[in-house]
Amino acid sequence: MIMFNLSRIRGGVHPRAHKATTAERDILQSLPLPSRFTLPLFQQAGANAFPIVKVGEKVAKGQSIAVSGAGLSANLHAPTSGTIVAIEAAVAPHPSGLPSQAIILEPDGDDRWLEPARVDDPFARDPESLSDEVEKSGIVGLGGAIFPSAIKLRQGRRFEIKTLIINGGECEPYLTTDDRLMRERAEAIVEGARLIQHIIGCYEVIIGIEDNKPQAIIAMKVAAAPYGKIRVQAVPAMYPMGSAKQMIQAVTGKEVPSGGRSNDLGILVHNVATAYAIQQALRLGRPLLSRVITVAGGCVNSPRNVEALFGTPVQHLLDHCGGLSQTPSRLIMGGPMMGQQLPSTQVPVMKGTSGILALNRKEVNEQTPSACIRCSRCVDACPMGLMPLEMAKFSRVDDFDNASHYGLSDCILCGSCSYVCPSHIPLVNYFEYAKGELKQRKLSEKKLAYTQALTAARNTRMEKEAEEKRAAKAAKKKRTTRSASKSGTLANKEEADQ
Amino acid sequence: MFTATLVLTVLGLTLGGALAFAAKVFATGEENPLVQEIEALMPGSQCGQCGFPGCKPAAEAIVEGSVDLTCCPPGGRALAEKIAEILGVDVDSIGEVAAPMVASIEETLCTGCTRCFKACPTDAIVGANKQIHAVIDEACTGCGKCVEACPEDCIHLDVESLDLNNWHWPKPMVA
Amino acid sequence: MSSILTTEARRASPHTHDNTSVSRIMLHVCLALVPATGFGFYSFGWPAFLLWATTCLTAVVTEAVCLLLQGKSPSQVRDTSALLTGWLLAMTLPPWAPWWIGAGGAAFAIAVGKQLYGGVGHNIFNPAMLARVALLVSFPVHMTTWILPVGLDTPDFLSSMQLVFMQTPMAEVMSSTDGITGATILGELKTVQTAGTVESFSASQFSLSDAFFGHTPGSLAETSELLVLAGGLWLLSLRIISWHIPVAMLGSLAIMSFVFHHGDSAHYANTLIHLTSGGIMLGAFFIATDYVTSPSSKTGQLLFGAGCGLIVFAIRSWGGFPEGVGFAVLFMNALTPLLDRYCRPRVYGRDLRGKPVNAKAKPGRVK
Repeated sequence: MIMFNLSRIRGGVHPRAHKATTAERDILQSLPLPSRFTLPLFQQAGANAFPIVKVGEKVAKGQSIAVSGAGLSANLHAPTSGTIVAIEAAVAPHPSGLPSQAIILEPDGDDRWLEPARVDDPFARDPESLSDEVEKSGIVGLGGAIFPSAIKLRQGRRFEIKTLIINGGECEPYLTTDDRLMRERAEAIVEGARLIQHIIGCYEVIIGIEDNKPQAIIAMKVAAAPYGKIRVQAVPAMYPMGSAKQMIQAVTGKEVPSGGRSNDLGILVHNVATAYAIQQALRLGRPLLSRVITVAGGCVNSPRNVEALFGTPVQHLLDHCGGLSQTPSRLIMGGPMMGQQLPSTQVPVMKGTSGILALNRKEVNEQTPSACIRCSRCVDACPMGLMPLEMAKFSRVDDFDNASHYGLSDCILCGSCSYVCPSHIPLVNYFEYAKGELKQRKLSEKKLAYTQALTAARNTRMEKEAEEKRAAKAAKKKRTTRSASKSGTLANKEEADQ
Repeated sequence: MFTATLVLTVLGLTLGGALAFAAKVFATGEENPLVQEIEALMPGSQCGQCGFPGCKPAAEAIVEGSVDLTCCPPGGRALAEKIAEILGVDVDSIGEVAAPMVASIEETLCTGCTRCFKACPTDAIVGANKQIHAVIDEACTGCGKCVEACPEDCIHLDVESLDLNNWHWPKPMVA
Repeated sequence: MSSILTTEARRASPHTHDNTSVSRIMLHVCLALVPATGFGFYSFGWPAFLLWATTCLTAVVTEAVCLLLQGKSPSQVRDTSALLTGWLLAMTLPPWAPWWIGAGGAAFAIAVGKQLYGGVGHNIFNPAMLARVALLVSFPVHMTTWILPVGLDTPDFLSSMQLVFMQTPMAEVMSSTDGITGATILGELKTVQTAGTVESFSASQFSLSDAFFGHTPGSLAETSELLVLAGGLWLLSLRIISWHIPVAMLGSLAIMSFVFHHGDSAHYANTLIHLTSGGIMLGAFFIATDYVTSPSSKTGQLLFGAGCGLIVFAIRSWGGFPEGVGFAVLFMNALTPLLDRYCRPRVYGRDLRGKPVNAKAKPGRVK
């Protein structure tokens, strides 16, 4: 059946790439230190990290300043040497514009590294200790999901993983960080891939790269040539090829089961930038302090890729890319398809920041939404095979059951549907809203069940206490009557007998 | 004529008797099963925010229809929707549900009298004698019993504050 | 350093948009209708043009009035969906019909067929077809008076005005009315079908090239199947419509007519007659593909198109009316919500029934 052909990727869109300028310029590495670093504690999927430094404490570059707790979280390190001046709520790089806890670091200008520990040849080491090392280094998935890498590696060790896919399908328009990284640091990425292979013990490594990055493909092929079982595979350029699910489908023809993980297929996916970070950590002992960020958009005078330390204010990056030529229509962290609007340019860049885009009105092309004409372009564009028009219709009236029936839970929020909608309906906004509401409802249900249990427990405890009190009282009474009976009146004796 | 009257009388008596018998034998107790079902869903902390002395009278009132099914603030929208489903009410007709509240203790004023945590129906307040008490947000239903119990007036109820974990995009304001 | 420096309000992703809009799509569809419409004017002269203009204008004005009455901004007519509805309706009318047929039909299409349902995107039935069918059952004589393709200048402009707007009888404005009216191919087919002489009809009287190029009596702009097809193919190449509905509709009609014609050629016309006559091309490429009233999923669209083709064949072969495109589309429109609910595309990571895929192929844990 044609409709059941798994290897064919359905849907997707081909937005204008806007990649030419930044893809041809090398990564700017020697960015001067900003005057202040803001390091939010929510730079990873899961819980906030716990600060382990005090205000006023002097820290060295690479020193751990916040650690993950028991749950899903990741460590955080000082991006340069300096003094912790505050641990306070600061405006977060988040569309809500709400503040969140952050460590504020004032650099001393020395950029003094923490005394590095001796680094052994990682290939000679035990894989388990290597994943501990990755955890210590605070590495998270740099492709956008910011999922703690060590947890992924440990899961990879628990499951039988046959194939490691290194994701070089940078499909977001404007972004060229992975492209530049593959061109300039191909050997390190390949070594990172081999280290992951060593840790999870997989059979083969496939580096999937979109075919609109021919130079990156060549560079990676050259770097991978000496090693067996690592091959570079070109995949068709389309959005959202960089999504792990679509990359797996393009490379292996398999689909991740709905609600499952790639582990279920014996596949693990890591982004090229993550592979690079793992190599830096295991080979050089360097924790994750910086990443390559594309600074681009129609309002940026000199668009370029910049290697920036986490905590650097966005304004600082813009200043070193020629500043802004005009007030942007939208200022975005990430790509234009899935990125989020920034509340200000004073917010810092974080581990998940792949790009800073200052887009003008023409690039954004915002128009007043009109009624849905059911043209079903969103259905054709959806890479997940959902029916966005129906999902939006039901989300709008808060009918989340029906919205889920048409695929709300399978939606990856890639934005392909909104992108093609001729009525300019903010479909993703509806899905974000519906998903948020559903999550909140689930939480309040959970809380209700929890408080019900607490009340029940309290009631039984109170009853028991009351029972005990009664028993104690009765015992006391008994004791009194017994002592009274010792004094020897008949009436008392009769009473005690009753 | 006589036969017809006789048949109808006998028929009426038999069926009436059968009904009476069924009512006795298959009785579900004196409680309305709907009330029981709804009461089981409710927080059970007997907090009284609905204006009733406890969850059971509130459930009875909801079934009778004398009170709105959004009357339970700790249950929130999730509970209101479930009740609507049980009662066969259109979910869309549920209006705004009051946002759940959470208690917080002004630490500078707290004397550690322990009255609040004795009053708390969900054991959401921790502390010991002469020590500052604290509220565990996850367990607090916002019932306000602690506010009444506090002799120092140092407990107040707030709408749960928004942070990055519970914020989500609002519904777009478009056609 | 200023900290807030964007000109637009906070929005969810994506932050870029394809260069599409509703009015752009509608305009392209209108453009695709231009060749066939132009040929209609060329064949049937000024009355056809006047009728077309009246119908389109009424549709747009009705839309604006309806929007005003609802307190919405009448500038919404700029999405040109009303123009398209009026245009499509005009194309299916008899070319010399009086003005009130066009105006009444257009007003009905917009007011009852579209705005009463809630405006663009909310109607269940194709408004143009709803109006056409309403006109057909209400005014059967006016709706079945077919004109031979007489050419551009018969009658002249003034006489045409009288003919269309004052309903002056043809004999008064024209020197000769001989050979002005005639029957459509499908109309004649209906007669010969009952007589069982389809075979001799298709051999002697039916000309494939006349039918295909449009030298036959018929609706204002449906006669030239070639030009309608060309417009449709252009829309296909722009990806404004997808191939599923037209192919399924033409395909099912072709298969049905092929099978029945080979079974009983005395009572059933051959495939070529079916595919080159009446409104089938316009129906397949422009009417059935109407976004609002057709299913969203590809499977649904295939079923929808096939259903349309089947009903067209059934009405043409066994029904009381010679042509059934309008009825067929309306009938399938009613089934669209059902098709949308049950013909959803397969979701990534799920099988056709919606269960997560290959749970059995799960590799075991190593430790």
